[in-house]
Amino acid sequence: MITHFIAHDAADTVGVVVVEKVEAGQVATGWIMETDETVSIKSLVEVPLGHKLALTDIKNNDTIIKYGNDIGRAVLDIPKGGYVHVSNVKTKRW
Amino acid sequence: MENKQQSFFGYRRENGRVGVRNHVLILPVDDISNAAVEMVGHNIKGTLAIPHSYGRLQFGADLELFFRTIIGTGRNPNVAAVVVIGIEQGWTQRVVDGIAQTGKPVSGFSIEGGGDLATVAKASRKAQEYVQWATELQRNECPLSDLWISVKCGESDTTSGLGSNPAVGSLMDKLGPLGVHLCFGETSELTGAEQVCANRASTPEAKEKFLSTWNAYNEFILEKKTNDLSESQPTKGNIAGGLTTIEEKAFGNLQKIGKKTKFIDVLEPAEEPTSGPGLYFMDTSSAAAECVTLQAAAGFTLHLFPTGQGNVIGNPIEPVIKLTANPNTAATMSEHIDLDVSGILKRELNLDQAGSALVDISVRTANGRHTCAESLGHREFVLTKLFRSA
Repeated sequence: MITHFIAHDAADTVGVVVVEKVEAGQVATGWIMETDETVSIKSLVEVPLGHKLALTDIKNNDTIIKYGNDIGRAVLDIPKGGYVHVSNVKTKRW
Repeated sequence: MENKQQSFFGYRRENGRVGVRNHVLILPVDDISNAAVEMVGHNIKGTLAIPHSYGRLQFGADLELFFRTIIGTGRNPNVAAVVVIGIEQGWTQRVVDGIAQTGKPVSGFSIEGGGDLATVAKASRKAQEYVQWATELQRNECPLSDLWISVKCGESDTTSGLGSNPAVGSLMDKLGPLGVHLCFGETSELTGAEQVCANRASTPEAKEKFLSTWNAYNEFILEKKTNDLSESQPTKGNIAGGLTTIEEKAFGNLQKIGKKTKFIDVLEPAEEPTSGPGLYFMDTSSAAAECVTLQAAAGFTLHLFPTGQGNVIGNPIEPVIKLTANPNTAATMSEHIDLDVSGILKRELNLDQAGSALVDISVRTANGRHTCAESLGHREFVLTKLFRSA
């Protein structure tokens, strides 16, 4: 079975696409490294290799969790299966 | 997974340290001596001239760092012998004396009063003598504990945090217990993960020293920045690779120190470690060439450089081994990649296997195998400057 995305930690709210791309509308298979669990998410948009999918509904100003840690905050609502990057997430530093 | 290798073949130097290369260095004290240094480099085959941009009218802490870097570069055990050339006698002698403490052959030449041509003639004769001496030295079998390995990542993307950085971390967890000296740096790129990093200190003193170092760097950035720094951290390459914030980059970065290894001390830039084997944190810029130059000047002899989008860096005296977990980078920039660990993303390779493969290529490189960066002629020697000159 192809793993389309990987999340580091069970608490992570984002996963990283590890195939060339995930298509809009595709049901993508993910691997949670910490728990060795397999999950699936319907991707709402095309997401390229190395870029992130929302694993849950994220509200504006919510903390984004990756590596089980705080990596910034949402500046827009992001639906489950949505694309997560610089347009909707900002650092809490600087 | 156990690695077979328990030893490597290196050059044991006069002070007991072991080099994995055998360079005869032609080292300028200052920018205006670069021309003479390059002439000697052309005259005598088998030498390594490393021109640089500084060494005049620096002062205070900036001058101290300059001398520590230049002298440390000459002291590195990958260097067999050194010809030092400076414009005047005083600082030239200071560099010679610093290198001579290691017991290796070193001679200084100053240009004032003689000019470039006479100086080059004298320095070339000495360089020829050093090359003929050094090329008779033989490699000897040495335990892995004689390796000093530094790490730094660059042009990172999310595959760095998933694959290539944890592969380096796996190597650290394997080699740390064998008594290898290890070093990581990149003060600014730990921002967001600084508390998690601080908790990896082996003593309260090391933790305190790390946090005060990070705080000082962070205050400097907050004072000098003109926007939220998102133009440079993450870099354009990082963002193209999917990294969104400095925090995300920092947690990926920190994967390089593995899961078990703790750092025993915090080093000033280019400071030679003296607390024995183990992992050290060095206060460095996150710019690749500056960081590796400082680590080489501290005496590290082999460098591991995980990349995502494809940084092409090398260093003149410290071989830089590059690895990537990004399958596109491995395919499109294969001449730069010493180890492809993209199988981690496909779950064809686990982190333990990737760490063992990295130990293997590290030992082969220590034994003499040229890295991609060496074969392509990457010799980035970049001095860190703390503030403007007088």
